[in-house]
Amino acid sequence: MAVIVQREEDASHCLGITGELNIYSAATVLQELLQALEAHRQLEIGLAGVDDFDTAGVQLLLMLKREAARQDKPLTFVQHSAAVREVLDLLNLVAELGDPMVIPLEDGECLS
Amino acid sequence: MLIVNLDSARGALVQEGRELLAAMEEALLAIETEGYTEERVNAIFRAAHTIKGSAGLFGLESLVNFTHVAESLLDRVRTGELFVEGAMLSLLLTCGDYIGSLLSAVEIGTEAQEPDEALRAWLLTQLQEYLDGTASDTAQEVAPFDEPYARVDVLQGEPVSSDLWHLSWRLSPEVLRNGMDPLSFLRYLGKLGRIVYLHTITDRLPALGDFEAEACYLGFELEFESNASRQEIESVFEFVLEDCLLRILPPHSQIEEYLRLIRELPESPQRLGEILLQSGALTPNELDQVLTRQHAEPQPAPPLGTLLLESQLVPQPVVAAALSKQKQVEDKRNHEQVFIKVEVGKLDQLINLVGELVIAGAATNLHALRRDMDMVEEAAQAMSVLVESIRDASLSLRMVAIGEVFQRFPRVVRDISKELGKDIQLLVTGADTELDKSMVERLADPLMHIVRNAMDHGIETAEERLASGKVASGSLRLNAYHESGSIVIEVSDDGRGLDRQRILDKALQRGLVQPDQSLSDAEVYRLIFEPGFSTAEQVTNLSGRGVGMDVVRRNIELLRGEVEVLSEFGRGATVRIRLPLTLAIIDGFQVMVGDEHFVLPLEQVIECVDLPPQEGRHHLINLRGEPLPFLRLRELFNIGGRASGRESLVVLQHGNSRAGVVVDQLVGEFQAVIKPLGMLFQKSRGLSGSTILGDGRVALILDVANLLQRASALSVGTPVRVSAGGA
Repeated sequence: MAVIVQREEDASHCLGITGELNIYSAATVLQELLQALEAHRQLEIGLAGVDDFDTAGVQLLLMLKREAARQDKPLTFVQHSAAVREVLDLLNLVAELGDPMVIPLEDGECLS
Repeated sequence: MLIVNLDSARGALVQEGRELLAAMEEALLAIETEGYTEERVNAIFRAAHTIKGSAGLFGLESLVNFTHVAESLLDRVRTGELFVEGAMLSLLLTCGDYIGSLLSAVEIGTEAQEPDEALRAWLLTQLQEYLDGTASDTAQEVAPFDEPYARVDVLQGEPVSSDLWHLSWRLSPEVLRNGMDPLSFLRYLGKLGRIVYLHTITDRLPALGDFEAEACYLGFELEFESNASRQEIESVFEFVLEDCLLRILPPHSQIEEYLRLIRELPESPQRLGEILLQSGALTPNELDQVLTRQHAEPQPAPPLGTLLLESQLVPQPVVAAALSKQKQVEDKRNHEQVFIKVEVGKLDQLINLVGELVIAGAATNLHALRRDMDMVEEAAQAMSVLVESIRDASLSLRMVAIGEVFQRFPRVVRDISKELGKDIQLLVTGADTELDKSMVERLADPLMHIVRNAMDHGIETAEERLASGKVASGSLRLNAYHESGSIVIEVSDDGRGLDRQRILDKALQRGLVQPDQSLSDAEVYRLIFEPGFSTAEQVTNLSGRGVGMDVVRRNIELLRGEVEVLSEFGRGATVRIRLPLTLAIIDGFQVMVGDEHFVLPLEQVIECVDLPPQEGRHHLINLRGEPLPFLRLRELFNIGGRASGRESLVVLQHGNSRAGVVVDQLVGEFQAVIKPLGMLFQKSRGLSGSTILGDGRVALILDVANLLQRASALSVGTPVRVSAGGA
């Protein structure tokens, strides 16, 4: 089960995903995140709590990135957990997603 | 989340497809022999349409595309735009065969590989020619197969400099739903070597509206450093092979292979070129070469879906191809037994019986606890009756109608008679006779051989037939029936029959018989099953087909059956195969000689009589006025000692012959679970297996057919007493 925690921080809307981000939760998480994207001008999604991450999760990140680009809104994934980092490294997608992998400390405040 | 058991669904697709093809073939043959009716054409159309539909559900594009073209043609026929004629029927029959081989590929999971590209292309062109006569909407289906390339290439061109494996991997959308995660395959691959570079291809991610979170849209291009063999690398992806497009190029592959790779992958050449360059698979120079050639031979860009599913693995070296072919055959064999159709009534009956057994078991327990021996005995009795019924019921689940084997023969007879230029009618009777499922499969080949033999050697040409006063068209009859615990299958023809003299001459020439031996007709005919008689010149001058009748006999004997020939010279011949009903459990009749236990199949035991002491000198006894040959098991098996009491004679029947065996003691009926004999005893005649008795001892099951032969040989061969085991 994935849990999404939301918090407003300045202009940017911050979200944190905890739990599994895989085929079982991808569909629901995607819907919620899309709604969040719809409602805000800028989105920052923390992945620190993601402990299970698979191909469906990868595709979800990619789709969100694309959708945000289409809507011309900045969307950043931050605080990648070890599980996420391992997969993105394996698939060599860090550059394609273009998110900072090493996260400045102050960004951590906006996450659970 | 939805998880469908895809394997079993695919199995069902294959089975349904086969049934539809059989119906289609039947209708096609009916049109050919009995003429066109709307109903028949509709049946053919429906079959093709249904196959296409269910193949579509599974995304089997190759099957869908092919069937679609055939279906278009059938549609034209149905609407009266085209007229069915002989050549079209033959074409449709061959198309049916090809659909059959596509189904077989689906069955063994190699549908990504086209069974026969050349044949497919040819068939499609033929179909297209008919269609082109009217309007055409199917050109695009044919296009991708216009230039089928050879599966095993002669290596040519210059190798690339990269000393890494290159893997291209595109996943079908279903992968994730099937419970597989590409990541785990990549991680596993990492154990075989080092993934030097990996490019994730995200081009196929659709627009948001079409995106399904559970579908997989990714593809990968990998540079891989490893000392593993191609098979090892391929085996990493074994479980996902059906759901992906996988290309493996070994280090220093030819430029040609990259060219083909680029052609086969769904992405544009430019995009792939970039990736290959980026990943270091190709140097800029090499890429230039590839792209130049790519432009030099323009290819129509085949639709993505077709490519994904129709593609085959990169041509493997010849040896590997041969190996994998062998494996396919094995896999197929393992697959054949996966499904069985069972009448619901039979299953219900079995479940009822099991229910009763559970109750009876409880009753036995209760009585046992109360130490009520009488009741326990009664309950045990009831249980053994139930066990017997359950045995029968469960064995009957395995029984299928022999029609399953027979149904392929109308087509075979049609094709062979065309090939031979003979007019042959096929008559099938007793198609609903049931036999064990496992036998159906193993019977098909021997039967096919016998039928071919009969048509080839047995039935004469029309002129010869007319000259000998027969009707011009020959007839072939397939018949099956049950007889005393066996199933009998007969293949009869009304041809020239076996020529006793020629067989004898040949046998003499081969040293199979001695000049002074006097042989009965049956013995002479049996000679054609001898290995020496096999292929080259068989009874007639026509050439054999590579498999001799000795192989037929061996196959039948492996099923614990036997085969014989009846023939009347000039009038025809009948090959009769006799098989036991089941291979697993028999009702046995237990007898004893000395301390040894033997089991005879109960169904072949006619009666038991006491053997008067003065009888039995000459291996012949007068039983109610009829002579009956017999033999003593004691002598046959060299068991020492003497019978303590009066000996008993067990009268056995097999087919038409009867004989007796003399034993010390009759023990009684006994259900024998047949265990095969070990390697050591496989050559021993007269034994058909072994079984384990209730007290744990081993008893041998006797082969009645062989015993009878021995007994009659003893009684005919020598009026005086012969030594044990002589035959």
